[in-house]
Amino acid sequence: MPIKQLTVFLENKTGRLAEVARILKRESINLQGFSTTEARDYGILRIVVSDAEKAREVLKKSGFTTHMADVICVGVEDKPGELLQVLDTLTEQKINVDYIYVIAGTRVVLSVFDIENAERILFEKGFNVCQ
Amino acid sequence: MTLKFWNEKIELIKREELELIQIDKLKKTLINVYENVPFYKKRLDDCGVNPYKFSNPDEMENIPFTTKDDLRLNYPFKLFASPLDKIIRIHSSSGTTGNPTVVGYTKSDIRMWGDSIARQLFSLGLRSGDTVQNSYGYGLFTGGLGLHYGIEVLGAITIPVSGGNTERQIKIMRDFNTTAVCCTPSYALHIAEVGKEIGVDFGKLPLKVGVFGAEPWTDHIRKEIEDRLKINAYDIYGLSEVMGPGVACECSCKNGLHIAEDYFIPEIIDPKTHKRASKGKIGELVFTTINKEGMPVIRYKTNDLTSISYEVCSCGRTHARMAKPVGRLDDMLIIRGVNVFPSQIEEVLMEIKEIEPHYLIIIDKRKYLDCMEVWIEVSEDIFSEKMNALEAFESSIEHKLYSAIGINISVKLKEPKTIKRSEGKAKRVVDMRKGEKP
Repeated sequence: MPIKQLTVFLENKTGRLAEVARILKRESINLQGFSTTEARDYGILRIVVSDAEKAREVLKKSGFTTHMADVICVGVEDKPGELLQVLDTLTEQKINVDYIYVIAGTRVVLSVFDIENAERILFEKGFNVCQ
Repeated sequence: MTLKFWNEKIELIKREELELIQIDKLKKTLINVYENVPFYKKRLDDCGVNPYKFSNPDEMENIPFTTKDDLRLNYPFKLFASPLDKIIRIHSSSGTTGNPTVVGYTKSDIRMWGDSIARQLFSLGLRSGDTVQNSYGYGLFTGGLGLHYGIEVLGAITIPVSGGNTERQIKIMRDFNTTAVCCTPSYALHIAEVGKEIGVDFGKLPLKVGVFGAEPWTDHIRKEIEDRLKINAYDIYGLSEVMGPGVACECSCKNGLHIAEDYFIPEIIDPKTHKRASKGKIGELVFTTINKEGMPVIRYKTNDLTSISYEVCSCGRTHARMAKPVGRLDDMLIIRGVNVFPSQIEEVLMEIKEIEPHYLIIIDKRKYLDCMEVWIEVSEDIFSEKMNALEAFESSIEHKLYSAIGINISVKLKEPKTIKRSEGKAKRVVDMRKGEKP
């Protein structure tokens, strides 16, 4: 089962990311991890939280544009070569990774075109695919 | 028998008969201003038009135009043709750029104004028994009181709520069973947005008609408003110097705005040569009032660009129809030598269905070159977790703007509600070259 990732549109100006963090704190939603990508005047923030539906609702109420998507989450150990194992498995199957980042608990979040297929392969190869 | 027209005799009048009435009223108006307004006496003498012998409508072309500057120079009452004890109302512009323009109305002028608007509201299917919420601002601005008197002459219930306090507007709409609303098109969009936020299903309200004016708006915005408020939206046109709202208004055919030709003579002139444009061509709209006593205007240049059709409308009305104005000459932007109207940009943006009907045009100078950018708000329809999808969306709009207008306009994506919502006339352009700030 893929996990839910929430993406938030942020203008490139002071305090916008802090505002997201403040809202999550206020609602007691735990931020497990995030990544940002920036363009010239804006950025997008991808987050994994304890309650994605609730986070989406409260952020929307505060005027943020959000998007919910499925991503794969794989638990790895904190030691050399761990990421490579995951990537090699995907490369063997010619699966391209769109983006990838780490969240708390040494877990890797990654996005691919065919999530179901990639997740099945990783699971069958014995990886710790998080639910 | 149910009436189909407010004043069938005038609305369906044959053009030849209408022209006879016009020439007669024009002559009376020229005599009135000749005798009572020194400004016009001098002008008529200078151009050799004798109002007492006036009989040929083409002679009108010899009379010079009246402009906003003429009104300012004659501030406040020097263009009034009636003595002050016959004037019962004064309206005025805000005067943000110099002396305000002031207009005065006699009892008969106010009656004419009300009649004109009542006729127009009637043509949109409104009757006594309808409840009309007038959300135009009340005060010196002609929008509020103009519509107010028109609704009363029609005999419908007038709710003089004025602009602002949008949640209260919606509550009144619901509780008083409002069937029609009057305001600027941008405020109508704001009402729709706030209504959606507080969970109003406009389809379940009795609201059926919207009468919107005081700023140019495209057919795309009409569709947005109609879809969101679940109504028919109509364009009403006017300007205080000529009367106020109700100089022209669409009928239920939505195919041009009928000009009240028994009260006003329209002309279209070439903006460059100032000669009359050939029939059907787009040019600057010029009005002569032929029924006003308090402050008639002769060949007043409106600054609005449009065209006029004299074909009989499918509703049967014979009064000429002006096309929805393209924009005001004042609003025309010159960017690196190219003329651009904000409405052209709106046209492109509103064809893209994911874009919200709120946008802002920013003009600035960078390294001695004019540059233009357009702000639009990122809605969920646009947004995904893929950065390249957003970037592709931006450049597709830039491409569309370039092919439609011929200059590079960069698109900036903004967070929702970044662009200020308007309760009156929307401000769509920020010109940083003039020190304005978004």
